[in-house]
Amino acid sequence: MSEYCAYTLRVNGRDREVSDGWLGESLLWVLRERLDLPGAKNACEQGECGSCSVLVDGSLVCACLVLAASAVGRDIVTVEGIAGAIDGSDAVLSDVQEAFLTEGAVQCGFCTPGLIMAVHDLLDRVPLPTDLEVREAISGNLCRCTGYGRIMEAVWTTVRLRQVGGQAR
Amino acid sequence: MTVAVPRSLDEAFAALAAEPDAHLLMGGTDLMVEVNYGHRRPTAVVSLDRVPELRGWERSADGRSVLVRSGLTYTEMEIGELAESFPALAQAARTVGGPQIRNAGTLGGNLGTASPAGDTLPVLAALDATVVLGAAGGAQRELPWDEFIVGVKRTAREPHEIILGARLPVRRGPQEFLKVGTRNAMVIAVASVALVVDLDAATVAVGLGSVGPAPLRAREAERWIAERLAFDPLGISSDGDPETLAEEFGRMVAGASRPIDDHRSSAVYRRHAVSVCARRALLRALSPQVVGT
Ligand SMILES: Cc1cc2nc3c(=O)[nH]c(=O)nc-3n(C[C@H](O)[C@H](O)[C@H](O)COP(=O)(O)OP(=O)(O)OC[C@H]3O[C@@H](n4cnc5c(N)ncnc54)[C@H](O)[C@@H]3O)c2cc1C
Ligand code: FES
Ligand code: FES
Repeated sequence: MSEYCAYTLRVNGRDREVSDGWLGESLLWVLRERLDLPGAKNACEQGECGSCSVLVDGSLVCACLVLAASAVGRDIVTVEGIAGAIDGSDAVLSDVQEAFLTEGAVQCGFCTPGLIMAVHDLLDRVPLPTDLEVREAISGNLCRCTGYGRIMEAVWTTVRLRQVGGQAR
Repeated sequence: MTVAVPRSLDEAFAALAAEPDAHLLMGGTDLMVEVNYGHRRPTAVVSLDRVPELRGWERSADGRSVLVRSGLTYTEMEIGELAESFPALAQAARTVGGPQIRNAGTLGGNLGTASPAGDTLPVLAALDATVVLGAAGGAQRELPWDEFIVGVKRTAREPHEIILGARLPVRRGPQEFLKVGTRNAMVIAVASVALVVDLDAATVAVGLGSVGPAPLRAREAERWIAERLAFDPLGISSDGDPETLAEEFGRMVAGASRPIDDHRSSAVYRRHAVSVCARRALLRALSPQVVGT
């Protein structure tokens, strides 16, 4: 491979060609700057804020710490994939996203995409988490606005609704 | 720049032979920070995270040791039989970063970076672990942890070698890991203590992190405390007052540390933190608990 070259990533169920990139670019950079998927946010580029959280082969990771070119052949899901808003079509919000809105867990919104990914990851693995499990699950995500109380409420609302509704969305 | 994504160990060694200056990449939680910040601009990367021979862990045929492979993530160290066999390793893994970091970060990366603050390292020290290095054609060598880590972020790994894993002797008895840091989800340790009791050998081992250029052992304190404990098949106990014993033990362990002042903490605070962690670790080990194998 040369310094600049093309490779293909599978993002939100679609094959996306990455061209003209430097091979040392992070997945976060490639998603935002080359694939037009600005949902994952860039704040620290060192794994500390969680605002860039995505799923890679079902595992919640910081996109800023994934070498994009090493993720070929992996299944990548971003917050756009969660909302069904691929290619800018009308978003169908997930239950977690709805709960964040109704509980007022969004202020400036910068941390929100990462938290949405973290909460989906938790509730898809652990449908009835304990308080400690929720706190641990979002401990890698920094929010400077809300104080976390409303975010916790949004998690509990989702848990309750999934219990009565039976289905995750 | 080149990026190789080998799917077997043979392919990985071939990729490394083709690009001898290549950076090895596992979870990226150390390397990518350096790349993002421009501290490193690698010309070649060999990504090891899809090499099946570097995943998981394996118990030896005689059951006396476990080979933890370099691609094992912190999330994987926290659970199941491995966590039951090595509670100190599981506890250390649980303190690393947030979930996103624990899902990606690996034992191999912790060893490869060999930071004084690497949290698995004091555990490996307290367990007398060895590090297994591999080279092309199946060549292997195995080094005691203190011959592998030779200084601050310096290891004995040769450029053509890949860390295959660490061999951890199984010890029957309580184990503890305690660490002091600033924020839970990014706690680079200011000081850490791993305590491993071996009920069969009637010994106590203490590994220290972040208080020296490499992990340290508190050998004098280990001998001192072993002479003052009763070891029986179910656990350890002390004749005298456990608090007094633990207090003195903490002081002695702190005496073995060689901390420095830096941007994260002062030497004085670090030494104090070591004494508190060591005291608590001993008190926890002394409290009755179910001892696994
Ligand atoms: C937000 C954040 C929090 C963190 N918190 C902690 C913490 O609490 N405790 C802690 O100890 N660490 C912490 N770290 C550091 C890091 O997560 C760990 O050191 C981790 O173990 C690195 O593993 P990795 O697989 O991501 O390594 P990588 O970044 O992929 O590699 C690290 C180094 O090891 C080399 N390497 C990797 N695998 C091999 C191999 N098989 N053979 C030879 N060389 C190899 C690489 O070439 C590189 O030099 C943190 C990092 C971040 C970003
Ligand atoms: S931008 Fe990736 S964790 Fe902050
Ligand atoms: S809402 Fe502003 S950072 Fe969380």
